[in-house]
Amino acid sequence: MVPLYMYLLVAAGLFSIGLYGVLARRNAVAILMSIELMLNAANINLVAFWRYNEPANVGGQVFAAFVFVVAAAEVAVGLALIINIYRQRRSVVVDDVDMLKW
Amino acid sequence: MELTVESLVFLLFSLITLGGALLVVTTRNLFHGALFLMLSLFGVAGLFALLTAPFLAGIQVVVYIGAIAILIIFAIMLTPQVTAVRPTNSQWIAGLVVAVVLFTMLASVVTPLMSELGVEGWGAAFTETNPPPVPGNSIALLGEAFVDPDGYMLPFEVASVLLMAALVGAVMLVRPGPEDEDDALPPALAEAAGAAPLGESQE
Repeated sequence: MVPLYMYLLVAAGLFSIGLYGVLARRNAVAILMSIELMLNAANINLVAFWRYNEPANVGGQVFAAFVFVVAAAEVAVGLALIINIYRQRRSVVVDDVDMLKW
Repeated sequence: MELTVESLVFLLFSLITLGGALLVVTTRNLFHGALFLMLSLFGVAGLFALLTAPFLAGIQVVVYIGAIAILIIFAIMLTPQVTAVRPTNSQWIAGLVVAVVLFTMLASVVTPLMSELGVEGWGAAFTETNPPPVPGNSIALLGEAFVDPDGYMLPFEVASVLLMAALVGAVMLVRPGPEDEDDALPPALAEAAGAAPLGESQE
């Protein structure tokens, strides 16, 4: 099989791309999409370590499945927040949402 | 790394994943970004299949591509898009530097590159290539582990409660408040509701 570090390298690249998106994008929906990329990078790592180290133990896959659940919950609440913010401030640019900034 | 069919497939799915992700964070049109996100998630599903986790690959397609990406497209459609202005904020250079530095650090730790360069004790160098095979009934074992009281039944139920709470919370967040109940309906629909004889009482 492909060496384990190749999967870890892809996951590291995916995470870094997502991190750049979170730090650099202005649109809140784009930031949420970048967070999805980072969650997927974590999931690749979980499954790769499960496959290469403990394939007989189902715990690795269970953990990855829970990440799916948390991601679904996170995206539902996040998009509801974004739509609510848009209703109140007529903008989805995160720079415009600075009520809590002193 | 010798060039086998498996490594070629791995390279293909990696390119799909990383290329799609790059386009997600750089494209101006957010709708195209959502489509590229679907492409990237599909690449991740392929990597899962390659890692002998078929259940997770299926879940990835059904939940991520089928539900989460569609939800994101809904949000994009419900909010106005300003494609004329630049998509990045003023700190994008700093963000790029942070991302590149993080990737370099992670890559130096997980790959055997540093030990090949002569630096000892730097990284973990995960070079495992031939893990033991996955049990043939791994999906059945996974399903049993989810509902086994000695396994993961409690986390499974807690995850259900979390999902329930998140969805109820999402509905509560976007429901119209008491002050804008009148304009919650589009004008044509509101007129129709007002003109109908039972419109008032049904509301």
